[in-house]
Amino acid sequence: MLKNIVRWSRKKSPWILHLNSGACNACDIEVVAALTPRFDLERLGVLLKATPRHADVIIATGAVTRQMKDRLIRIYEQVPEPKFVVAVGACAMSGCVYRGSYNMMGGIDQVIPVNLYVPGCPARPDAILDGVVKLLGTL
Amino acid sequence: MKYSVPIGPQHPALKEPISLRMTLDGEVIQDADIRLGYNHRGVEKVAEGKTYLQNIYLTERICGICSHSHSTCFVQGVEKLLEVEPPRRGVFIRYLVSELERVHSHLLWLGVAAHEAGFDSLFMYVWRDRELIMDLLEMISGNRVHYAINTLGGVRRDLDEGQVKKILDSLALLRKQSEYYLNIGAHEPSFVGRLAGVGLLTKEQAVDLCAVGPTARASDVPIDVRKDDPYGMYGETPFEVCTADTCDVLGRTVVRIKEVLVSYDIIEHLMRNLPAGPVAIRTPRRPKPGEAVARYEAPRGENIHYIKSNGTDKPERLKVRAPTLGNYAATVEMLKSGFLADIPLIFAAIDPCICCAERTATLVDARTGEEKTVNFSTLRALARERWKNAPLKKDAVWPF
Repeated sequence: MLKNIVRWSRKKSPWILHLNSGACNACDIEVVAALTPRFDLERLGVLLKATPRHADVIIATGAVTRQMKDRLIRIYEQVPEPKFVVAVGACAMSGCVYRGSYNMMGGIDQVIPVNLYVPGCPARPDAILDGVVKLLGTL
Repeated sequence: MKYSVPIGPQHPALKEPISLRMTLDGEVIQDADIRLGYNHRGVEKVAEGKTYLQNIYLTERICGICSHSHSTCFVQGVEKLLEVEPPRRGVFIRYLVSELERVHSHLLWLGVAAHEAGFDSLFMYVWRDRELIMDLLEMISGNRVHYAINTLGGVRRDLDEGQVKKILDSLALLRKQSEYYLNIGAHEPSFVGRLAGVGLLTKEQAVDLCAVGPTARASDVPIDVRKDDPYGMYGETPFEVCTADTCDVLGRTVVRIKEVLVSYDIIEHLMRNLPAGPVAIRTPRRPKPGEAVARYEAPRGENIHYIKSNGTDKPERLKVRAPTLGNYAATVEMLKSGFLADIPLIFAAIDPCICCAERTATLVDARTGEEKTVNFSTLRALARERWKNAPLKKDAVWPF
């Protein structure tokens, strides 16, 4: 019973933390665009939070620069369980155009576990919406 | 009591995440120190391993908001090296996308500035209208953010009659909306009062510190590469350089809204005088050995690309000077004698970029060395608290 209530509330209000680990900002503005009136992710109960301690889902963009690597792990550890990571964009998946650069790790999954990938360079807000809905479906 | 406050380096919203260490006396900022290099992706090194054509794709991904600025600047430089001139129709379409990008970037900034000032409904309104521009860009280029419309010697896609008409129709609607935003300022004294007098940068300081773009123009320095060193068809396009003399965040807001209106005029001029002909010409793959410098007025200011060629199909060196870098020195001056609570607003005012996610500041007590980490929402709460108690600047007026 209690379990069901917890699951229901988790499903209805996933709070997200948006994290740029060295992206070019394109995915980041598309994430914000997904939260604004045209696409309005907030109608699914999604709320953008400023601190990892409040978040359930990390929306991570970028291919992780070496300087950001430790910070990314630190932020991941600060998010309370159960936590989910959505990698948005081609960089977050595989490094995209920066693959092979001396300063890039080449993807979020090189550093922290990823639950869901949203492809695109940059991923469209519709695709991000779709990704979030699919993630909610697995809960 | 003096505090030392590092801001960042985890600034997810910046295209070049930086770390700022500030010395505070009470709530007033005494000094600021900037550290760079947290979002270093090695783009310039990667560029040396790719051909000129592949580098258009790469330079576009230097920044996601002014992506067209970087690729256009790069293409301008390479076209100088190749000694080719793109056909006129290609030039018109290239700078049409430029101006649309300027509009979307400035609207995006206006939304963020409103958000940082605690005016979230304006943020939502502006971003709703910004989608119209994104639709136009998607219609013209096929993508919302990275347009990939530039190629060496012109552009990759042509416009047809229907698209021109759609652009003009959307412009009429956007112009109406933008004029509404101008009026919002006049009818919302708390918004004007929040922006006025914050982040002062005098004209002399702006010149001395080489500020660029709207940051300099808001300090009454009329610099604009489109006017000073015209490229493309800007030499023959009538437009005015927008300036403001208030030297604060209010001025920067006004300059950007005015520039949006000027951009509508330029787009309309381009669409009404669109010449016929091809959009691109064939170019050689290998430029002669040499160097080229290209300048471009990005939404945030002057963008400079330096390209060195050694006769192969790959550049020997690519150096990018992005406008935000030019504004860092000015930011330090703006932050000085400002308040801790104004940091988000001053920071947003140089338009380092948007999408407010997590940004953190660490407060260090200089005497005890005790560190205290606060995030930006706490800073915003501090700001609200401060301005609740502060008298409203009733004498501040919207300059229209």
